[in-house]
Amino acid sequence: MDFTRRDALILGAGAATVALLPVQAFASVSDDAIAAFTGGAATSEGGIELTAPEIAENGNTVPVAVSAPGAVSIMLLAAGNPNPDVCTFNFGPLSGSQSASTRIRLAGTQDVVAVAKMADGSFVQTSSVVKVTIGGCGG
Amino acid sequence: MISRRDFLQASVAASAIVGASGVGNWSKLAAQQTLTQDQLLDFDTVGNVTIIHITDIHAQLKPVYFREPEINIGVGAVDGLPPHVTGKDFLNLFNMEAGTREAYALTYDDFTSLAKGYGKMGGIDRVATVINSIRAARPDALLLDGGDTWQGSYTAQMTNGQDMVNVMNALKPDAMTSHWEFTLGIDRVNEIVENDLDFPFLGANIFDTEWDERAYEPYKMFERGGVKIAVIGQAFPYMPIANPGWMFPGLSFGVREDNMNDLVQEVRGKGAELVVMLSHNGFDVDRKLAANVDGIDVILTGHTHDALPEPVQVNNTMLIASGSNGKFVTRLDLDVRDGEVKGFRHKLIPIFSDVIQSDPMVAKLIDEQRAPFEDQLTEVIGKTDSLLYRRGNFNGTWDDLICNALIEEREADIALSPGFRWGPSLLPGGDITREDIFNCTGMSYPAAYRSEMTGELIHTIMEDVADNLFNPDPYYQQGGDMVRMGGMGYSIDVSKKQGDRITDMTMLNTGEKIEPSKTYIVAGWASVNEGTEGPAIWDVVEDYVRRKGTVSLDPNQSVKVTGA
Repeated sequence: MDFTRRDALILGAGAATVALLPVQAFASVSDDAIAAFTGGAATSEGGIELTAPEIAENGNTVPVAVSAPGAVSIMLLAAGNPNPDVCTFNFGPLSGSQSASTRIRLAGTQDVVAVAKMADGSFVQTSSVVKVTIGGCGG
Repeated sequence: MISRRDFLQASVAASAIVGASGVGNWSKLAAQQTLTQDQLLDFDTVGNVTIIHITDIHAQLKPVYFREPEINIGVGAVDGLPPHVTGKDFLNLFNMEAGTREAYALTYDDFTSLAKGYGKMGGIDRVATVINSIRAARPDALLLDGGDTWQGSYTAQMTNGQDMVNVMNALKPDAMTSHWEFTLGIDRVNEIVENDLDFPFLGANIFDTEWDERAYEPYKMFERGGVKIAVIGQAFPYMPIANPGWMFPGLSFGVREDNMNDLVQEVRGKGAELVVMLSHNGFDVDRKLAANVDGIDVILTGHTHDALPEPVQVNNTMLIASGSNGKFVTRLDLDVRDGEVKGFRHKLIPIFSDVIQSDPMVAKLIDEQRAPFEDQLTEVIGKTDSLLYRRGNFNGTWDDLICNALIEEREADIALSPGFRWGPSLLPGGDITREDIFNCTGMSYPAAYRSEMTGELIHTIMEDVADNLFNPDPYYQQGGDMVRMGGMGYSIDVSKKQGDRITDMTMLNTGEKIEPSKTYIVAGWASVNEGTEGPAIWDVVEDYVRRKGTVSLDPNQSVKVTGA
């Protein structure tokens, strides 16, 4: 009987290899993306809420939701992905609410970052750690 | 950051709520010979509401020995707090004495000799007697089952949980929640929920992945003793990660704190004067949730198998821990007036099987479930010279036996066995029956695989599992106890970050360091991957024990733990 490494891992081979990626190396890329979005302006905390699971059930499709009342646009970043850009939501003046949700792929445990541009031109930022684990061993 | 609300007390006795709790002082009242059922069940009914909690039975219909953990480390803010207190520290904290029945039931020290003196614990027929006694005093008491009920024995394995469903139905629970239930597969779970259960299968945190809609009832409203009570069920949050997600595709779980907050508001809006969360989060997750979500009066904890003789209070929420394997039943009486808990009385009732009488009706029902399998269950496979146990953060002797079987029967260098918290103990000198082997291996993804892994990959897996246990933030702890390693030793500093905890990985047979680039033959079981191949783990263990005749295992010395 042949066992491939994929078949046999106690805990999910797909995630095992991604966990080895040096995800921090991409952090500066996301910092650059934030700077481009804000034009270098400082961001503050509060007024923006990011909802993401603590631990991804499936790193390939992680549900995230973001809400920032009064925002004109919200940028979402996966700071640890090789390409951190996820998307930017723009809200027109007639938007009923400034919130959005999507599903994103995460290469490994990392910060998901949301930055909102408010109507007055200020910026608010928040982030949430999403853990991508090999899994298994469930008590 | 630790907020003021995270401040914890060992006991609520000193808190604003006036109440009393404990296991009772029966060990001081009575020597072993004279301890009576009446003394164990003695309880002055108070208030207007009674809750009966049992959880993590793991299909143990009959009395068992179950050694509580020697090592149960709390990291970060919960270091040294219950339930992360064991042995003598536990006895000191709760003002108990070594060698007593209390010490036997709640700690690990001197387990073998105390077990011989005080006998097995649990048995659902005995649990039935306790429930009947409580209902005699308070006919409308709520009976709540925290889940991990339908898995963990030979008969549960062979009947896909039907034995447990039949017996539990006889106890007439008012609600349950879940974890291992889903390893029977989504179709089987729904079949049972739709056809067999006369009570709700609650899961406020279970959603379908496609439409993000609730998959099960989130809560149930009751009116007992003139009090409107909401029972919100919380299933194990990390179900598709810790167990095979392909067995219940389309379901999403998670802690979902906001969802719980919304539901508490919703049930309060519907007039709930008492909000109870029937939880399978695990104690530390519940403790964090209690600090962050206002308005929950009682959390009936589960999953982590902790038994605490007193409630722990966090942010006006009382956390109750009722043990596992049928060893304990908690009775909680509450005085609820003007929408508030004014007082309580709590007792963690130990189910000493030789003191509490068997309920004849339930005993007969249990025998009926077992009868078709009696020959299989009782077949003696071998003997053990040593105490076999599993529970604890690191390798127990039962795990070492399983790892040795994997290494020898599957010709591997290294073995991995999952850190499950279930699995009763066996005393030295006793037989190992097929039932005993299934009690520690019986589950629905038992394939014992054999594979090649590099030293680096083994390290990555160990780091991943360690972070799922020792991450300082409980919401990032999805795991059971630490994965059990056979054939190799290692050091672990639990205070470090993921990637830095595990060092000194060494082959035990040669003393050589495990090389990151070298490839090793690894055998293990309980892979969460679909399509894993290999013989069932119980067959591997049975072959090994049969071949050895008698097994002998000293407590594991090959894991060096620091940072705790």
